[in-house]
Amino acid sequence: MSALPGKVGAEAIAEKGWLVAHKWLILRRASQIGILAAFLVGPWFGWWIVKGNLNFSYTLGVLPLSDPFLLAQMLAAGQSPARLAWIGVAIVFAFYLVVGGRSFCSWVCPVNLVTDGANWLRTRLGLKGGAHLSRATRYWMLAMTLIVAALTGTIAWEMINPVSMFHRGLIFGMGFAWTVVLAVFLLDLFVMRHGWCGRLCPVGAFYGLIGRLSALRVRLPRRDACNDCMDCYAVCPEQQVLRPALKAVGGAPPAIRDASCTNCGRCIDVCSKNVFSFGFHTESVPK
Amino acid sequence: MDSESKPNGSARRQFLADTARMACGVGLLGLGVGLYARNASALPPAALRPPGALPEAEFSAACIRCGMCVRDCPYHVLHLARPEDPMPTGTPYFVARQAPCEMCESIPCVKACPTNALDHSLTDITKAKMGLAVLVDLETCLNVLGLRCDICYRVCPLLDKAITLEPQSNTRTGVHTLFIPVVHSNACTGCGLCEKACPTEIAAIKVFPLYMAKGQLSAHYRLGWVEKEKAGGSLVTPDTEHLYHMPEGLKYEHRTGKVVPEAPRPGDGVPNAVSPAPTFRALQGDKL
Repeated sequence: MSALPGKVGAEAIAEKGWLVAHKWLILRRASQIGILAAFLVGPWFGWWIVKGNLNFSYTLGVLPLSDPFLLAQMLAAGQSPARLAWIGVAIVFAFYLVVGGRSFCSWVCPVNLVTDGANWLRTRLGLKGGAHLSRATRYWMLAMTLIVAALTGTIAWEMINPVSMFHRGLIFGMGFAWTVVLAVFLLDLFVMRHGWCGRLCPVGAFYGLIGRLSALRVRLPRRDACNDCMDCYAVCPEQQVLRPALKAVGGAPPAIRDASCTNCGRCIDVCSKNVFSFGFHTESVPK
Repeated sequence: MDSESKPNGSARRQFLADTARMACGVGLLGLGVGLYARNASALPPAALRPPGALPEAEFSAACIRCGMCVRDCPYHVLHLARPEDPMPTGTPYFVARQAPCEMCESIPCVKACPTNALDHSLTDITKAKMGLAVLVDLETCLNVLGLRCDICYRVCPLLDKAITLEPQSNTRTGVHTLFIPVVHSNACTGCGLCEKACPTEIAAIKVFPLYMAKGQLSAHYRLGWVEKEKAGGSLVTPDTEHLYHMPEGLKYEHRTGKVVPEAPRPGDGVPNAVSPAPTFRALQGDKL
């Protein structure tokens, strides 16, 4: 019995039931919306759980969290943060070393809701093709943001960064920030599939660099059971990470070790053969 | 050998072309971002930074746009700039005429800042320099028009230090006094309470960022009276009073420029009998 053509994940739903076949997707949406809600109940209802935004936040007056990419730009621009922000960076850094750098992208970042929406609509509308851009572009973007910060002496990327603009907009007032969010949505919808998160965003690129060392990975304990239904490729936002682990390219171990993997866990959901699962790996990562 | 180097060569060429394309594309974007950031980094005159803010050039590098200062301001006067506002997106500001800084003694906004964008060494709010109040419109200031409005003077948290009322004779009526509000930059914190309180339709006194509000003397200028005080006495030959030859019994009054009768000396029987010795007068620079 093979998957119905065009119905990604149908086989997994038939095998495991709808709930199990959407487990990680549901948990991920709960995480994204829950974190956003924690930020929003303060300004909306006066219940101050978290103050600040994704650039720097202070939870219940005890937990400082700061964005390491932003602080890298700040250092490039010639300024340094105060003690609390350093502590916040250390905590964020350590956390993503454990759970996987780009877990930020799929479990926290509000723009993921926008680009996932664009991708869903793109599939529904049957839009194919579009512009081509290398996945490595984001590292060039990352370098560019740091160079521009150093040359202008300001955190220039923050002027247009859709990630912080969207998040700040939701919490402190959107203004015209919605235009930037719409631009990202339209880019992903019409111009290229996974264009923003998968190719351009320097924030994700930075978390990806942390992810090279991270412990939590999607593992493939049952990769021998793979029936080549290709459903995991259909749902994966970073398809290039799958093949080495799935097909043991160059004797690769059964774990996705590419730093671009966002640990979204959708491949685990849609696999009817239970090839994938989350797990910690203790092997050192080559390169 | 040829058959081997050729595909290698074209692969290398392809790699270089791809790299160049990427570098140019991203570089162009970077140029745009950089120019935009530079152009948009000026602060409009009506927007004031929270207390302790670094000079604007450093501020836009040190502020991480987190909004912690906005959250911890008990009077909710601070806003984060939106993308359409003419200043760096996400940076904090307040508009004095809408809601001025209330100058909390504990300065919670500075304490909340996770970087030094709001300088943590500022612990005395009266030392803040958010801007400088300027009596911009002498034509509409009620005090200058002759009323005793005095509101800016009264609401100033640094009463009689940041704003004083300087009496001047009212030449229009000839009998009244104008009490002109004068701002002193050494004391004014730029909190904006005066601008907020000004009762005219549009405030006659406004707070501007320091770079707009303040002039500067040339470096070589010296104020004679200041130097005199520093030296403990006159640094040049002291001025002497010029003496005039006047008809007997009259004298020239320097202050008013009038010729008035000379006051009789107490205990002097004969009025105006003795004039000072000629030698003495000569020393004073008078003609003999």
